[in-house]
Amino acid sequence: MAAIKQVLAPSHATGRLLLGVVGIAVAVAVISMVGEFRATQLASMAYLGVAAAGLTLLTGLNGQLSLGHGALMAIGAYTAALLLPDADAGTPLPVVLLAAVAVTVLVGAVVGVAAARLHGPYLAGATLALAVAVPGLAIYFGDTLGGEQGLSVSVPDVPVWLADAIFFLTGTDPSRGRYVSYVAWVVLVIVLVVLANLARSRTGRRWRAVRDDEIAAQLVGIDLGRNRVLAFVVSAACAGLGGALMALAVRLTAPSGFTLTLSLTLVAAIVLGGLGTLTGAVIGAALLTFLPQVVTQFGGGIGLDDVQSAQLAPFVYGLVMVLVVLLAPAGLVGSLLRWRMRRAGRRTSAVLDGPPPSVPSGSDSSDSSDSEPSDDSPTSTQPTPRGAHS
Amino acid sequence: MSTTATSAPLFGMHGVTVTFGGLTALADVDLDVEPGQVLGVIGPNGAGKTTLFNVACGFTRPDAGAITWRGEDVGRLRPHRLASLGIARTLQGLGLFDGMTVLDNVVAGADRWARSGFWSDLLALPRSTRDERDLRERAMAALSELGIAEHAARYPAAMPYGLRKRVALARALVAEPDLLMLDEPASGLSEEEMAELGELIAGLRSRMSVMLVEHHIDLVMSVCDQLVVLDFGRVIARGRPEEVRDDPAVLDAYLGVEVDTDSHPAPDAVTHLGEGPR
Ligand SMILES: Nc1ncnc2c1ncn2[C@@H]1O[C@H](COP(=O)(O)OP(=O)(O)O)[C@@H](O)[C@H]1O
Ligand SMILES: [Mg+2]
Repeated sequence: MAAIKQVLAPSHATGRLLLGVVGIAVAVAVISMVGEFRATQLASMAYLGVAAAGLTLLTGLNGQLSLGHGALMAIGAYTAALLLPDADAGTPLPVVLLAAVAVTVLVGAVVGVAAARLHGPYLAGATLALAVAVPGLAIYFGDTLGGEQGLSVSVPDVPVWLADAIFFLTGTDPSRGRYVSYVAWVVLVIVLVVLANLARSRTGRRWRAVRDDEIAAQLVGIDLGRNRVLAFVVSAACAGLGGALMALAVRLTAPSGFTLTLSLTLVAAIVLGGLGTLTGAVIGAALLTFLPQVVTQFGGGIGLDDVQSAQLAPFVYGLVMVLVVLLAPAGLVGSLLRWRMRRAGRRTSAVLDGPPPSVPSGSDSSDSSDSEPSDDSPTSTQPTPRGAHS
Repeated sequence: MSTTATSAPLFGMHGVTVTFGGLTALADVDLDVEPGQVLGVIGPNGAGKTTLFNVACGFTRPDAGAITWRGEDVGRLRPHRLASLGIARTLQGLGLFDGMTVLDNVVAGADRWARSGFWSDLLALPRSTRDERDLRERAMAALSELGIAEHAARYPAAMPYGLRKRVALARALVAEPDLLMLDEPASGLSEEEMAELGELIAGLRSRMSVMLVEHHIDLVMSVCDQLVVLDFGRVIARGRPEEVRDDPAVLDAYLGVEVDTDSHPAPDAVTHLGEGPR
């Protein structure tokens, strides 16, 4: 049977690895060809993408909403800034990035343990508090963390071997900005491959099970708390990595860069792209990076002055959000997947079960908020964030 | 029928008492499940059957009493530890993972057989890939056993209730438990499906013990080796089905309560799902 053959096929881990290698090659080629400004923009897209990819796993796969990932990015960024205070620091970038991951993993574990006990609005509230509090710390510890002014980040010299390789390929020496962009994209691709591995593995399946039905998940042997904390930590590590890349790209780490807006931007990115899909996270990051500029240019094109064009961006941005939520509630990628799934479902059910099923989706008992199974509790039809596959 | 009166019971509940506020849901309940036995738990609505299951699974902590597994006190039971002990349970409200395919739902049930950990998953090491293939094969076998292998790639929310119930059963069976706890497995099934279920449960006897909470007396009478009858949280009768059937205390408990013998409830799956989530 075709269905059995398809589902028994070996997992495509090798395929993902190859795709990753191709992805890195394409990214490097593109970054070498575009102008300096575009290269910087691509770097922003990459660091937003890294953080959004981690967040979409947490929210889409494990059902935990975090409004505080901007704060975790700040922790990664400040770690990077402290390791790269001036040109003499000479900390190799891999060390900087790993240190940022290590610190955010620690913080993420603490926050994750608290988060694992909270549900829905309480979790949103707690992570929101984190988003608000962390930038405040930078001001409170102004002596070390630079206060309002923040810390400047000194990007190390481009390694000689890399400069030579780039010169060999493109005939130009890479600037520091471009160098950061290369690094950011290599990191993004690695993060995507690794997270896709996780999402398709047993670990990812456990996270989904926890999201879909807590009681049933426990009965198949899944420790809710442990898996929630693990998901939070993985997601925090990505945020920290994204933050460190942001510090490198912006070359400054200041509280004003990590306001609540950043956290909300990340949520917007994953919702726009489609919750729980890594492709969606990348598309969301791209939209957030490029949309404002495209719109501003468009505004200039239709004869608006600079100020008006600049004001157009948030307006269009809001409009896109509203349209996506209304027309494609599962996000861009999510809606596409859902549409394909529905088509496939209709085909099989028409053949096998006669009339279409009468059970409306979402009306069953999976209620992620009750902790005690009881015969008599009312059935809630609270929607859980439902992701598809990455 | 198994004759294992001499060997230790597989699972036991001793002196279990549960109160909710002033209400006594279970009062000093004792029961044993022997290896290879199908034990039915019956009683009118509100008698405490689901509460009994919830205590057995660690969801509800009893005020008093002990639970034993293979003759040893398990102490404070945590629900996610059951699977590794060898206990599986289906839920009255199914509790399928709606965001996952049927196959993934059942693979999730086979979790106890997996050996790979987080790091090998993260790096997609061969160990994880092998594990995954093994789990999928187990899951496909369970789906085939229940005759729903062709639905593997579908999502449960879009399937008819009867099929969804089978998915839930496959998810429990794939764990190859030593004790399977079924909470109202026949509710919402057609006459024909119920007969199949009866045969299936009878056939499980050679592989595991079964604890069955069920309203359909016909089914209970035909598949159970032993019955425990609860009323207001107390065991009012126990014994072989034919003994229990004629027990005056049992007749008394059911007096005035409609005993659902052969007519199956409203076929509308939606009303069924709504009436009791677990
Ligand atoms: N979580 C709870 N809180 C308070 N009362 C409960 C709870 N769960 C069950 N009960 C009560 O305990 C009694 C037994 O319920 P239950 O075990 O669900 O019965 P059954 O499954 O036999 O119909 C009922 O009176 C019910 O209302
Ligand atoms: Mg019940």
